[in-house]
Amino acid sequence: MKAFTYERATDPVAAARAVAGHPGAKFIAGGTNLLDLMKIEVETPTHLVDVQDLGFDTIERTKDGGLRIGALVTNTDLAADERVRRDYAVLTRAIVAGASGQLRNKASTAGNLLQRTRCPYFYDTNMACNKRKPGSGCAAIGGYSRQLGVIGVSNSCIATFPGDMAVAMRVLDAVIETVDAGGQRRSIPIADFHRLWGDHPEQDTVLRPGELITAVTLPKPLGGQHFYEKVRDRASYAYALVSVAAVIQPDGTGRVAFGGVAPRPWRVEAAEALLPQGAAAVTERAFQGATPTKDNAFKLPLATRALAAVIAESKG
Amino acid sequence: MKFDTPAGANPIDRMAVVGRAHDRIDGPLKTTGRAPYAYEHHREAPNAAYGQVVGAAVAKGMVRSMDLDAARAAPGVLAIVTAADLGKLGFGQFGKGKFNTVKLLGGPAVDHYHQALAIVVAETFEQARAAANLVRIDYTRSQGRFDLDEALKTAPLTGGSSDEGSAAPGMDRVGDFEAAFAAAPVTLDARYTTPDHSHAMMEPFASIASWTGDALTLWTSNQMIAWGHGDLAKTLGMPKDKISFQSAYVGGGFGGKLFLRTDAVMAALGAKAAGRPVKVALPRPLIANNTTHRPATRQRIRIGATKDGTITAIAHESGSGDQPNGSPETAVNQTKLLYAGANRLTAMRLAVLDLPEGNAMRAPGEAPGMMALEVAMDEMAEKLGMDPVAFRVKNDTQVDPEKPTRRFSQRQLVRCLTEGADRFGWTRRNPKPAAVRDGRWLVGMGVASAFRNHINMASGARVRLDGRGVVTVETDMTDIGTGSYTIIAQTAAEMMGVPVDAVVVRLGNSAYPVSAGSGGQFGAANATAGVYAACVKLRDQVAQRLGYNSADVAFAGGKVTSGNRSADLAQAAAAGELVAQDKIEFGDLEKQWQLSTFGAHFVEVGVDAYTGATRLRRMLAVCAAGRIINPKSARSQVIGAMTMGVGSALMEELAVDPRFGLFVNHDLATYEVPVHADIPHQDVVFLDEADDKANPMKAKGVGELGLCGVGAAVANAIYNATGVRIRDYPITLDKHLEKLPAVA
Repeated sequence: MKAFTYERATDPVAAARAVAGHPGAKFIAGGTNLLDLMKIEVETPTHLVDVQDLGFDTIERTKDGGLRIGALVTNTDLAADERVRRDYAVLTRAIVAGASGQLRNKASTAGNLLQRTRCPYFYDTNMACNKRKPGSGCAAIGGYSRQLGVIGVSNSCIATFPGDMAVAMRVLDAVIETVDAGGQRRSIPIADFHRLWGDHPEQDTVLRPGELITAVTLPKPLGGQHFYEKVRDRASYAYALVSVAAVIQPDGTGRVAFGGVAPRPWRVEAAEALLPQGAAAVTERAFQGATPTKDNAFKLPLATRALAAVIAESKG
Repeated sequence: MKFDTPAGANPIDRMAVVGRAHDRIDGPLKTTGRAPYAYEHHREAPNAAYGQVVGAAVAKGMVRSMDLDAARAAPGVLAIVTAADLGKLGFGQFGKGKFNTVKLLGGPAVDHYHQALAIVVAETFEQARAAANLVRIDYTRSQGRFDLDEALKTAPLTGGSSDEGSAAPGMDRVGDFEAAFAAAPVTLDARYTTPDHSHAMMEPFASIASWTGDALTLWTSNQMIAWGHGDLAKTLGMPKDKISFQSAYVGGGFGGKLFLRTDAVMAALGAKAAGRPVKVALPRPLIANNTTHRPATRQRIRIGATKDGTITAIAHESGSGDQPNGSPETAVNQTKLLYAGANRLTAMRLAVLDLPEGNAMRAPGEAPGMMALEVAMDEMAEKLGMDPVAFRVKNDTQVDPEKPTRRFSQRQLVRCLTEGADRFGWTRRNPKPAAVRDGRWLVGMGVASAFRNHINMASGARVRLDGRGVVTVETDMTDIGTGSYTIIAQTAAEMMGVPVDAVVVRLGNSAYPVSAGSGGQFGAANATAGVYAACVKLRDQVAQRLGYNSADVAFAGGKVTSGNRSADLAQAAAAGELVAQDKIEFGDLEKQWQLSTFGAHFVEVGVDAYTGATRLRRMLAVCAAGRIINPKSARSQVIGAMTMGVGSALMEELAVDPRFGLFVNHDLATYEVPVHADIPHQDVVFLDEADDKANPMKAKGVGELGLCGVGAAVANAIYNATGVRIRDYPITLDKHLEKLPAVA
């Protein structure tokens, strides 16, 4: 871990200003991902702005019948919220499928959206990684890639976004609210929030320097049956090989997003429109243009089969 | 005490304390955080500085230059030691331990990825870690050999042993395998692979070193005090009697801590350079590549049988790789002994690889060997149309199949299999694969024999009796989470006729008599036999002090009784402490008798018909392993081993990147071992057994028996569930996914 300076922010705009005005600065909330990465110098911030005193820890009804989730609401509290469990069960299911109880107690809603990839080459500072060190190359391409991305990846990076919560938020059409150093607020649909890697895999999201997440809003409930099917090698405490977040309506239509396959939660609206035709129709369309490696080609049939399980369960 | 004739009746047979479940006597210390582990000897080594090991960034090559300036200038840095500094630190004789294949401090030559090249010592842990990252090393890379399949094409036949038993020659033949196999009406010829495994113990490799003049004290985490003590002296080029080597509590080892490792050596070097105690723990990401691992295997098994299921020909060949002058994974060893068959062949090939050093991991040889052999037996049973339990029973042997004049001292394999089958409800298994469905789960049952040799090791102990009647045992035996403290206390309590809480056990110190140590499931039986031997001597001294005839003295209830005379045990030490020391040594009973442990593993799995993911539903192990000294700690050993077997069956694999020559998934997020949610209800049954050919305790080991065969039982259950046979471990869902029934 490199030495860094630290401050605790008391006001969101001041926090944004502190990060924007300090090259190499980062926000820290729960720190469950950032601190681990700092210990092995994958992350080397020079200054940390701690946002944990800013509040943002409540879940409130919005005017249009949705929910506004404060950026610092913990994963545990979000998953346990009665309204979330009743109206957005896919979100609860996704959150409790991730990490461990201890981590969920500490992890924040905003931080979870910003967790970094788990590509093993990203974690080893002896290896080339364009995400960790732009321009150094990608050791994962041609390497051990079983966990890595099959679609939306690039010649610079084949990593995935590893989270579960965001996959559920993607089917719920969540919107991410931010404030910047100038006090400017912006609302970013989650569909636009995570970047595809392209030539700049070092940039995970569209957030600008110093831009601070203050909340995530969910539109009014969708009804339907909610599923989060997470497939992994062990029963708990592992990242998804493939996950499926789905909300299925009684008529067989619905929404579906996949995790563990791409730089972002992977939802193709034109594909989910094919839900009444079955899982294969959806995934054929959703994964059109996929570029899997030999190690992770299984993710394509796995996605189909995992979605088939969801559809079968929805039919009881 | 020389053990060279079968044990007759002795005080252990009373089994008033031995053979009964007893809580760990060190349990309260551990659960309250008061058991000092290697990294926690703050009182004995005050003001310790922190050392961070710098591992090589390339797998093969030479250090061209090292720039230490930035690290030296970093805050808090006290010292940096590299191979270039050994002479001026007074370690001109620096070398390599007898049990190490590769030097624990590299440079300028680099032998493998993350080989230690330097230690950076600083005031705080954070400063040491930060400064270690400022060390700049330029390398000249050279071509390494990292592809096992490629290297095996030209690998020679190589015999070997794991240092934990399981010796096998490069090739061994009985009869004419090829002719018998060619003539057999039913045959199997199948290939199996097992990957590299990491020990992944909870406590990392850790040491604190402290110098007083030219004398060194090392608190470390090590399974084998005498091996570590000797190898530290040899590595540093100093006399053994100048080193105190201590390891009182060990947070798991699984064979990774059988040997001296770099944390110990680098702590000693760092402490010398810094002029104060230094503590070193290997960071988790360094462990997979810096330390040892269980080597991957490529195995071929051929079995020929008559139509009634009698094996007439059996061959097991295995290839593995290791660093130059390393040793093979002895995966064929159990096949020499487990089943009958007149014509036999075993062979091992060893390739030279530049991956990190391969070495012993829990049940070296048998663990991966049984993962293949017991699947082959399942496949063969199916070809014969026989039940897999019946096929194994039919090919049982009570003699060493290679030397039929040698009998097994005890061999209850058949009873383990049949009793296990009864208890597990084996008759409910549908022999037709892929025939049982429970909702979205394809359900299957599997069985495998369990087998692991028992190994005799000389083992010493010293026992003291004080005027309060307290018996103190000192031996360099270690407790690696296994329960050594407790079973040694039980043994001494039984021998001296006192309750367990009147016994104090001191372990893991080079000042104590050399014991068997913890490895190869030889620790419990041999170490307690050593304590038995010392107690026999102490009993004689007690009788002498009391003026009793030692031939007819009984020790019970804190009293010593001879005829109608009786005295408190404490009275014998009233005039001064009594001290007795002895060791158990072994004659050549092993030439007449084959000492092995046996068992049977039964598992039921569910395979998700959609995703192919396997989840265990229930497990049973039936073990026959001599007298069970403490059924509670023995059960803990077996359920832990079964858990490890599930890991090897379903998820554990060090992934090799053959371009760069390293294990890529070198942390516990990416090298997956089972979590609680993976492990269902586990039943463990120990058959009544007392093996008088083994030792006076009439005990053998169970810690590895519990692992041997589990992986195959899981694999066989998966096959029974799915009808898809996977011969490459781990059996992850991707390997059978597209062969499962269509669902979409």
